[in-house]
Amino acid sequence: MTQTAATPEVPVATGRSPVERRELAERILLYAIVAGLLVWLVSQLIAHPQEWFTTLLNGTNNGALYALIALGYTMVYGIIELINFSHGDLFMLATVTSGIMMVTWFGATSPSVKAYAAMFLTLIVVMLAAAGVNMTAERVAYRRLRRAPKLAPLITAVGLSFTYQWAGIRLNGSGPRNWDRILGDTGFSIGGVEIRWSTVVVIGVTVPLLLLMTYIVQRTRQGKAMRATAQDQDAARLMGINVDRTIAFTFGLGGGLAGAAGLLWLESIGNTRYDAGFQLGLVAFTAAVLGGIGNLTGAVLGGFLIGLIQAFNESFGLGQKWDQTVVFTILIFLMVFKPEGLLGKRTTEKV
Amino acid sequence: MTTTAPKTDPQPAAPAGATPPALMSTSRRWPIGFVIAVVVVFSFYQWILPEASSQVQTFFQDWLPLISINEAVIWVIFALGLNVVVGYAGLLDLGYVAFWAIGGYTAGWLMSPFFNQWSINILGNPAPGQEAGIHLNFWLVLPIAGCICALAGVIIGAPTLRLKSDYLALVTLGFGEIIPQVFLNGDDIFGFNLSNGSKGITPIDAIGLGPFRLIPGVPDKLGPFDLTYKFAIYVFLAAICVFVSLRIREGRLGRAWLAIREDELAASMMGVPLMKTKLAAYAVGAFAGGLGGVAYASHTGAVSIDTFRFSASIILLSMVVLGGMGNVWGVMIGALVLSWINSTGMAQIGSTVNEAIGTNIDFPSYNFLIFGVLLVLMMLFRREGLIPETRTKQVLAEPERGEIESLGAEMEGTSEHEEGGAR
Repeated sequence: MTQTAATPEVPVATGRSPVERRELAERILLYAIVAGLLVWLVSQLIAHPQEWFTTLLNGTNNGALYALIALGYTMVYGIIELINFSHGDLFMLATVTSGIMMVTWFGATSPSVKAYAAMFLTLIVVMLAAAGVNMTAERVAYRRLRRAPKLAPLITAVGLSFTYQWAGIRLNGSGPRNWDRILGDTGFSIGGVEIRWSTVVVIGVTVPLLLLMTYIVQRTRQGKAMRATAQDQDAARLMGINVDRTIAFTFGLGGGLAGAAGLLWLESIGNTRYDAGFQLGLVAFTAAVLGGIGNLTGAVLGGFLIGLIQAFNESFGLGQKWDQTVVFTILIFLMVFKPEGLLGKRTTEKV
Repeated sequence: MTTTAPKTDPQPAAPAGATPPALMSTSRRWPIGFVIAVVVVFSFYQWILPEASSQVQTFFQDWLPLISINEAVIWVIFALGLNVVVGYAGLLDLGYVAFWAIGGYTAGWLMSPFFNQWSINILGNPAPGQEAGIHLNFWLVLPIAGCICALAGVIIGAPTLRLKSDYLALVTLGFGEIIPQVFLNGDDIFGFNLSNGSKGITPIDAIGLGPFRLIPGVPDKLGPFDLTYKFAIYVFLAAICVFVSLRIREGRLGRAWLAIREDELAASMMGVPLMKTKLAAYAVGAFAGGLGGVAYASHTGAVSIDTFRFSASIILLSMVVLGGMGNVWGVMIGALVLSWINSTGMAQIGSTVNEAIGTNIDFPSYNFLIFGVLLVLMMLFRREGLIPETRTKQVLAEPERGEIESLGAEMEGTSEHEEGGAR
């Protein structure tokens, strides 16, 4: 580690060849890893085709949820460069709340028209509630610190995360808890591959939500304001954009997606615990970084990729007990070698 | 211990602006107070309390048992280590518990009958009947664990310290998760039992007292009930950490850390080698983590994976933030107070309140809320901590990024509709 390496991502004008050589080496390494993975995947496919497809479906299911959570991280990071540590715990609160609503209030534990209506209602309520909590958090805890040193909002976020976990303990108990699911493990099979109905529901809810998100960010006035604020807060303010409201809206949007992910998690996995949000939040954050933080498409891509990686690791790789280790190893390698992610642009540090 | 008092003299040289005589007295007041407090606590629990009436004994057993004081002193060691990383160098480390784990398992490997396929005994104190395994002396294990942790800190730091501060926080968080998971699953690494998995490693050898055993009344080695002597040992370790923290801060390295904390770019322009300095902060902080890990292992007599949770990292961070990032004495007070609240305070206050009012509230279950809200409130209203470092106070008194910006930040929070009007 020399001193030149310490200044991050300064484009080097002179002495190109070492930089190019390094990039080439990195690219070759990347291709080698990808090729190795593909070979491994295909060999597993030939060896156990049915299990392989089931794993693929499970991975997609989890990946959709990660994508929803990762969007919340990536949007907030994109707009105010804050890693909202409490986002995962917000998701956990959403799982617990939807569990309480679905099971305790509505008693929706088996498939019926009433149960689906309850699920729809819960989805709306949980999304609104999570959005509200996230916006309140922004208003109370982050807004004052927007111009403070970086350390301060990060520590605040950690504090909020702890507070949410406390609420999770109060509502869910200090251990893991299994909530009844409407669909359970029922499903249908195509060619011997079991497809669970809950996976269909997850995909069926996630995809429209993602499309709606894209529409809001790309086509609406508020979305335009978001993109402008993300680019340059002061310039956006000069253009008459209400920056505070835009940031609050972004938090609300992210919170809503986390709320939806919470309900879907409950209906497809059914098991939650007060610290589930912390671990899943980190996984989702890794997904956001993998895709390129601040990049919405990247977050979705990263979410699905991480979901698949986890699923394949569980079925064919090291097994579930090394889950977190695998994900964090990916995170650390990404941070070191490709901090801009798969789809992100290489940025120079702002001074 | 007493060495800390006179040697902290050069401290007043650092903060400029205040009158030297006043500073001289404050800088001496803390070490002297520390030594007095230690002597008072030790002699009280060693000689006075056993003679006191049973009522007094019960009171102290309930409210201030020596075992929780010992634990608090060990938390001080960790908090001081984290303070070097977070308070001095300004690098947010959310996975400090990893070093605690490494230090703890080093003690588990080198001071217990765990590796009973080997039989090594270097001045060790194996329990009767547990002579197999590696038994090193406590005082030998301390530097070994410290060095292993420092090495781990460098290994973790080297690739990640180039990252921006918030990424760094995440990577450390990742390590704080991975390392305990490695130990949790470490009971079968290619058939080799490295860590005994969720069962943990037990029993950890007692601490031998070496030449001190010649003093009449001092036991050969410290059993689980020789708490006063353990107290003395942990305080000695904490005092070393205090001393090193204070001295290193005045030196070239400490000043470089502060420069990096306040403005990384300016510091690098002034010729501070960023990577080397940050790595040093990691290594020094991790070394303290190793010391604390060994001390904690000897305190509980076991190494158990349940200790090494994310919440431990956050509680440590709360200690550093509450006391005042960068201020050794503040961090120490923060660690003592929060550790006491965590171990006995909440439960005691809870049962007292419940008895008085006749309610049945489970107070310790509010711990998470308290630590969470504490962090948020401290960041919002008193970022410099309860006992702020003189230097931090000065920096905060003069807005560095321009009066208007800091004004604008406040206006944003208060005026809803007059958007941008203040700027």
